Amino acid sequence: MKSNIRALYFLPYVLWILLFVVVPILLIIYYSFFNIEGTFSFENYEKFFTPVYLKMALSSFWYAFLITAFSLLIAYPTALLLTKTKHKQLWLLLIILPMWINLLLKAYAFLGIFGTYGIANHFLELIGVGAKQILFTDFSFVFVSVYIFVPFMILPIFNALEKLNPTLVDAAKDLGASPWITFRRVIFPLTLDGVKSGCQAVFIPALSLFMITRLIAGNRVITLGTAIEQHFLVTQNWGMGATIAVFLIIAMVIIMFLTGNRK
Amino acid sequence: MNRKWKVSNIYLIIVFFILYAPIFYLIYYSFNSGGKMHHFENFTLDWYKEVLQNVRLLIIVLNTIVIALLSAAISTIIGVFGALAIYSVKTRRVKNTLLSLNNVLLVSPDVIIGASFLILFTIVGIQLGFISVLLSHIAFSVPIVVLMVLPKLQEMSPTLIDAARDLGASQWNVITKVVIPYITPGIFAGFFMALTYSLDDFAVTFFVTGNGFSTLSVEIYSMARQGISLTINALSTLIFLLTILLVIGYYFITLRYNRPGRLGGRK
Amino acid sequence: MKKIVQMFAIVFIASFAILFFIARLNASEGYSGDNTLTIYNWGEYIDPELIDRFEKETGIKVIYQTFDSNEAMMTKISQGGTTFDIAVPSEYAISKMKEEGLLIPIDHSKIPNLKYINPRFLNLSFDPGNKYSIPYFWGTVGILYNPEALGGKKIDSWNDLWDKDMKNQILLVDGAREVIGMGLNSLGYSLNDTNKDHLLEAKKKLDKLTPNVKAIVGDEIKMLMANEEAGAALVWSGDAADIMWENEKLDYVVPKEGSNLWFDNMVIPKTAKNIEGAHKFINFMLDPKVAAQNAEYVGYSTPNEKALEYLPKEISEDERFYPSPELTDKLEVYENLGKRMLSYYNDLFLEFKMHSK
Repeated sequence: MKSNIRALYFLPYVLWILLFVVVPILLIIYYSFFNIEGTFSFENYEKFFTPVYLKMALSSFWYAFLITAFSLLIAYPTALLLTKTKHKQLWLLLIILPMWINLLLKAYAFLGIFGTYGIANHFLELIGVGAKQILFTDFSFVFVSVYIFVPFMILPIFNALEKLNPTLVDAAKDLGASPWITFRRVIFPLTLDGVKSGCQAVFIPALSLFMITRLIAGNRVITLGTAIEQHFLVTQNWGMGATIAVFLIIAMVIIMFLTGNRK
Repeated sequence: MNRKWKVSNIYLIIVFFILYAPIFYLIYYSFNSGGKMHHFENFTLDWYKEVLQNVRLLIIVLNTIVIALLSAAISTIIGVFGALAIYSVKTRRVKNTLLSLNNVLLVSPDVIIGASFLILFTIVGIQLGFISVLLSHIAFSVPIVVLMVLPKLQEMSPTLIDAARDLGASQWNVITKVVIPYITPGIFAGFFMALTYSLDDFAVTFFVTGNGFSTLSVEIYSMARQGISLTINALSTLIFLLTILLVIGYYFITLRYNRPGRLGGRK
Repeated sequence: MKKIVQMFAIVFIASFAILFFIARLNASEGYSGDNTLTIYNWGEYIDPELIDRFEKETGIKVIYQTFDSNEAMMTKISQGGTTFDIAVPSEYAISKMKEEGLLIPIDHSKIPNLKYINPRFLNLSFDPGNKYSIPYFWGTVGILYNPEALGGKKIDSWNDLWDKDMKNQILLVDGAREVIGMGLNSLGYSLNDTNKDHLLEAKKKLDKLTPNVKAIVGDEIKMLMANEEAGAALVWSGDAADIMWENEKLDYVVPKEGSNLWFDNMVIPKTAKNIEGAHKFINFMLDPKVAAQNAEYVGYSTPNEKALEYLPKEISEDERFYPSPELTDKLEVYENLGKRMLSYYNDLFLEFKMHSK
């Protein structure tokens, strides 16, 4: 392609990258070095390395891991079964559809469903288990988070499964492999890329959930995202907020590196 | 084989049931005369009437739609350029760096995106409101468009371009008459995903909005202060019905292409 | 290619059509003609009849808009482009707006009815001399509880919340000053205390409360309490009134150790066009009978002493919302403690939240 036309394509896109990817990251790193009074200092970083924040970081990672694991567990079979249906594109769209309904509303709906006098408890009473406290527990937090993230996990896996050459599966069967072995040795490894993108798409946002931690977990779970939101919007301590963001970015880079595509 | 079929169906049914449970819950209570999301009293269409009479809510819904349409359109254009740019780069290193930079926004938590854009706009001096929200939505939608279009480009056989050149096509014609038609499904998919991202977004908009400009998600958040009125349930039901129609419509449109539009996910 | 161009054309045309439509709608929502008064208030915060009365008595046309958070209101006013003549911020917002020069001083000579306001509610730290704001409604922070769910327990002090039988029964609001203030008050300290030893002591005491804390939530606390999800909650008196209206089983109490006093005051933003009219409106709202009618409708506490005579006894003598003078003396307004101290409060609160695990 002629170079001046190439420049035409490059320009808007590279401009976008510079303005909206590179600059914001640099800004965040810059801000993290300013304390609440606006003077240059390392105290934000000092603060981050105290038990409070380290505990918070660890806890965030743990929950993000749980959420990713459960999402994968539920999403993979779903994606697999979807590829075997007729009208698979339609079903896929129907999976995405709930994403279009506002998150806050769904959370409020869950508040109603999981409430002490809600439907879930009615059901539990019906089957004889008796009402339990579902809200404000780790269970409900992970459940609702998985609910939100499952579509993000399904999409890449579905794509990877679609790309899979069906003759490979047939070959395995011909050679006498059971369904489980076929899955373990043929299907899963070939769709690993999809699994990796799905994990990327779930794990990192899961680190920074803040609305769900308040609404469903009643702040019994604190993520790095809660702290960032607090600092940026309530305390107006942008410096500290930026510092936490820096660590999230570092975590993100590491994850991307670990699960990256090596095409 | 029959038993296996049943189990897998049951699994899918359960998944769909859980996915749609909160939505049906919302729809159910949108008809509640009791005014709250518990203790269903009488069936009523009052909330729907209120939705259609609430001018402020209407403005907000229109805001949301405009932002979604414009940001999806502009980000699709930039995204296509980006995909073409990445496709044409020959060195692997540069290609990978561009791709990683591209994906940063996709993988970043909304909170960071929102916060960093807020800082950016404040420094540059852009007033918070329609413009800042539009720019932000364009910004975070571009990567997904690139990811939808790029695979199509990579699938395209380079011989197509060669053939076109041989037949005497100009640079412009090669692009508009060969490349773009080939990647059109990707472009549509990208546009669609960008639309989804924009409509769904709360956190980024929340950080960068101001001056009374509000989108539906931010508005619902602030309505929560006084207790969610069931007008929102009614509105959501209407939106839901509309989107179901759009989805089914879109599906049958994509069926018209030779190869069904592949709705890819992220790579 | 054609299809793509077509699609984009449709999208852009549709967008601009919608934008045009939005502009028209926005314009129709608020116009400022002659002799109009634009009021910016909280939702459901005035008796609509009073607006009609005001219009009739003064001949001024009222344009009424609502907001739902101080932050949103402040942003809208400071960004310009609006012509609000009256706004009703909370006390902490008033200090911020004063600092940013967003308010016009109020001419007390034009509001003779000011004499009816209880002096206890005037000349407070957030606006000395009431140069910029006149009290509209006030309230407290206290405990909303469900006596039935708590087995008939009577609550009248912060320290009651620490009782063993309150296990997993308490909801707290997601506010650093409210929660730490509760800790400070329960130890007998002021909730504007800046002494770090006292603050750490309060934090330690709050840590002991964690087994009793079910969750720390935001505005959904109203829905949760109305649904009887918990036995007790730390809430603002205004919210308590709303919730109790929905669920009559609940009761509210201002703890005897003391608590926070909050205000929503009327101010005149600097973008006001009808300053004369604004003063007329303020004076009108201060009329005892008007204030009484408003208080009855809205359900919050009026600062207008004379108005109490016009309220039904069951309201004006309801100590829950009109505490005795002794208790009122113990109530404190939040003072601006400065960025660093506030940041410290928030850090302590964050640690408290994490301890809840």
